[in-house]
Amino acid sequence: MALLQTIALTAHYGDFQALFGVDIEVSEHETIAIIGANGAGKTTLMRSIAGVLKNAAGAVRFDGVDVGTLPAEEIVTQGVAMVPEGRKLFPSLSVEENLLIGAYGRKGGGYWTLDAIYDLFPILGDRRHNPGTALSGGQQQMVAIGRALMSNPRVLLCDEISLGLAPVVIKDIYRAVPKIKKSGASLIVVEQDIAQALAVADRVYCMMEGRVTLTGRPESLNRDAIHDAYFGASK
Amino acid sequence: MIWVDTIAQGVLLGGLYALFAAGLSLVFGIMRLVNLAHGDLIVMGAYLILLLVTLLGLPPFLAAAVAMPLMFCIGWCLQKFLLNRTLGDDILPPLLVTFGLSIALQNALLEGFSADSQRLPTNAMTTASFQAGPISLGVMPLLTFGSAVLVIIGLNQLFYRTELGRAFRATSDDATTASLMGIKPANIFAAATGIALVIVTIAALYLGLRANFDPNVGPARLIYAFEAVIIGGLGSLWGTLAGGIIIGVAQTVGAAINPEWQILSGHIAFLLVLLVRPRGLFPRAHD
Amino acid sequence: MTYFVTTQTPASRIATVAGGILILLLFALPFFAGRGTIRDMFFILTMLTLAQFWNLLAGYGGLVSVGQQAFVGAGAYALFALVILGGLDPVLAVPLAGGAALAVAVPTAFFAFRLNGAYFAIGTWVIAEVVRLIVAQWKSLGGGTGTSLPRDATRDMWFVELIEASLGVRSAAARDILAYWISLVLALATIGGIYWLLRTRRGLALAAVRDNVDAARSVGVDAARMKWIVFLTSAFGTGVTGALIYLQKARISPDAAFSVTDWTAYVIFIVVIGGIGTIEGPIIGVLIFFALQSLLADYGSWYLMTLGVLAIIVMLVAPRGLWGLLSEKTGLHLFPIRRRLQGGQLNRSEDTP
Repeated sequence: MALLQTIALTAHYGDFQALFGVDIEVSEHETIAIIGANGAGKTTLMRSIAGVLKNAAGAVRFDGVDVGTLPAEEIVTQGVAMVPEGRKLFPSLSVEENLLIGAYGRKGGGYWTLDAIYDLFPILGDRRHNPGTALSGGQQQMVAIGRALMSNPRVLLCDEISLGLAPVVIKDIYRAVPKIKKSGASLIVVEQDIAQALAVADRVYCMMEGRVTLTGRPESLNRDAIHDAYFGASK
Repeated sequence: MIWVDTIAQGVLLGGLYALFAAGLSLVFGIMRLVNLAHGDLIVMGAYLILLLVTLLGLPPFLAAAVAMPLMFCIGWCLQKFLLNRTLGDDILPPLLVTFGLSIALQNALLEGFSADSQRLPTNAMTTASFQAGPISLGVMPLLTFGSAVLVIIGLNQLFYRTELGRAFRATSDDATTASLMGIKPANIFAAATGIALVIVTIAALYLGLRANFDPNVGPARLIYAFEAVIIGGLGSLWGTLAGGIIIGVAQTVGAAINPEWQILSGHIAFLLVLLVRPRGLFPRAHD
Repeated sequence: MTYFVTTQTPASRIATVAGGILILLLFALPFFAGRGTIRDMFFILTMLTLAQFWNLLAGYGGLVSVGQQAFVGAGAYALFALVILGGLDPVLAVPLAGGAALAVAVPTAFFAFRLNGAYFAIGTWVIAEVVRLIVAQWKSLGGGTGTSLPRDATRDMWFVELIEASLGVRSAAARDILAYWISLVLALATIGGIYWLLRTRRGLALAAVRDNVDAARSVGVDAARMKWIVFLTSAFGTGVTGALIYLQKARISPDAAFSVTDWTAYVIFIVVIGGIGTIEGPIIGVLIFFALQSLLADYGSWYLMTLGVLAIIVMLVAPRGLWGLLSEKTGLHLFPIRRRLQGGQLNRSEDTP
């Protein structure tokens, strides 16, 4: 049974419709990747699930319960945390404070503690008292991931965590994914880097213009099918 | 040597202005909201203390302690049910709503307590003073200044040592991302205004103990508070104390030259600082 | 099919005719109305003028000033100085007093423009306080207690004798009528002038600056210049109105002339309740304001409390004010500013916002 699913999810920015009936689902301990070009609606989908955007009742179900209309602060309390696009660290907070605030809405223990995060990303332990924004891009991304993990989420949403980072840094960050999986969380990874997405995911959804155009296991998808789903059929 | 005394009195007076300003600074720092009713809320606090003193026969300091939780609730509700609805990109709604509140509050106080001057009862201890070299130090001004320093230390502790303080700073940085952490910005704002009104109660206590007050003195307190906040730099609490001291010293020095120049010199000091350092003495790095 | 750009609406055409008749009636009012009515109308018209200028600042310019009393006071005191110290005729001194308000406005803008938003608001208030405190030091105009216009100066004022003779009224009533006529001319000139300004290229630029400073700058609008123009215009007009108000009162004190309640709070309430950012708003607002004042005048502070609460409610429930509500419901525009493409196929969608 799906742990988290969207059912005919739509989203609008004013008059502009960004999502047209998106259905995705992720099971317990599963990692799915969502790929697609810029403007395909990936980030909108993440923001809808996280409750930043208002949804219709019944459009998002988590653990068998309708969470579509809950605001963001309730969603995280339920156990769905997001690493937002662009990292969005709090500039007034140190690295450690950024991590601590990740647990604000959902406490009560679990695998992820400050020590576990520092174990996952040792560099953060060394720089724990620096302002979050004084770190390099890759380190900031580690803080953002650690911050989301601090709520011990059952589903972790990762929005474009490799965006703007050097390949070697991306590798460092993705090295953490298996450990995160092992902690028991399901992952929804939004990626523009198809190879990266295929490598990490159990299943892949490809989006274009606000719709899911392709879905399947990485090994079952061939290059052409992905290309068509990504850019539209072009023969 | 009279100047040393004048300046010392000014520094101590600055403590009172810092108390007026600390709540304004706190609220502005967290939600960029300038509450034009701040001065009137101080006066309301003074009347609340007075009411507790006269009705229950409490000493003023105890009355203030009783008033604090009440004022916290008033601030919490004010923010939650009224001011939160005005927050947004448009600067007009918060300004006009708090301005309307200021006028409504002033006149409600006039209706309830008349325009007569009031004062909180003082005793020998609080009116005493002692000589330290050329300086004559009043117990009351010293208490005021000490309270201002304590309030600022307390607020800094709250900001940098507690989970609520972290939530304040995170929400101030980015309310949307803060909500992703499980923080409810509306409640954080309500708590901030509640705390601001607790500080307002302390300011009100000294306002009422040191001088006469009536329902119309609020706007002037707002202006002093505002000047202290701007001089100090938005969001810097120690800067607010420095700002209060600058206004206080300018006023006592001005008054020493010509008693009619007291208030004017404070304003002029503010304008001069604004001329030289438009962002104040200790501006926040990121804004 | 030809297309053309117009700002006219059918309602605005009717309004032009009705407005013309109303203006004639207003000018003729002293011939058939009593002195009390004339004084009420003077009050309404001067408050309307102040409100229009504040609305120009805040509603169109985005500059929320809480320091308009600086210009009312400066204009009023300039009038008294020109008459008492300079021996000028009061009627002549009224427009000149606007210059004094300008003289205060230039340094005010210099300081206040360093502040944004709410800080601009309180900054203007501080400066108004500074001006009040300095004026209170002006001993030859009565210092803190104030002074009155000399009797002979008001009695020998231009036009007064003429009005006395032609309308058969006493000197005091004639002065009120004169002040009323000036206030009518001033209010009409203000509304006309602002309407004209908003329909020029400048007015478009102003709307652009208010909506988005950066975007406006990127299309070549000089935002700083627009702010100066609006601020100085409104200071001048407010100063002239202040001078006129105190010409009629004939008695001045710093606390009254620089009162934040009388010259800024009331004005803000008028604009907010009527509808900020429209010319119609202040007109509706001043009528409501006057009605409330007449109804509640005996209740003192209840009156102001009501105004404050009303302003809060309007701001939260109908931020565009009563005129905004009305205009939204009916599509009515008496002073249309929006340029609409007309003619051809488009005529069908006329007046649907």
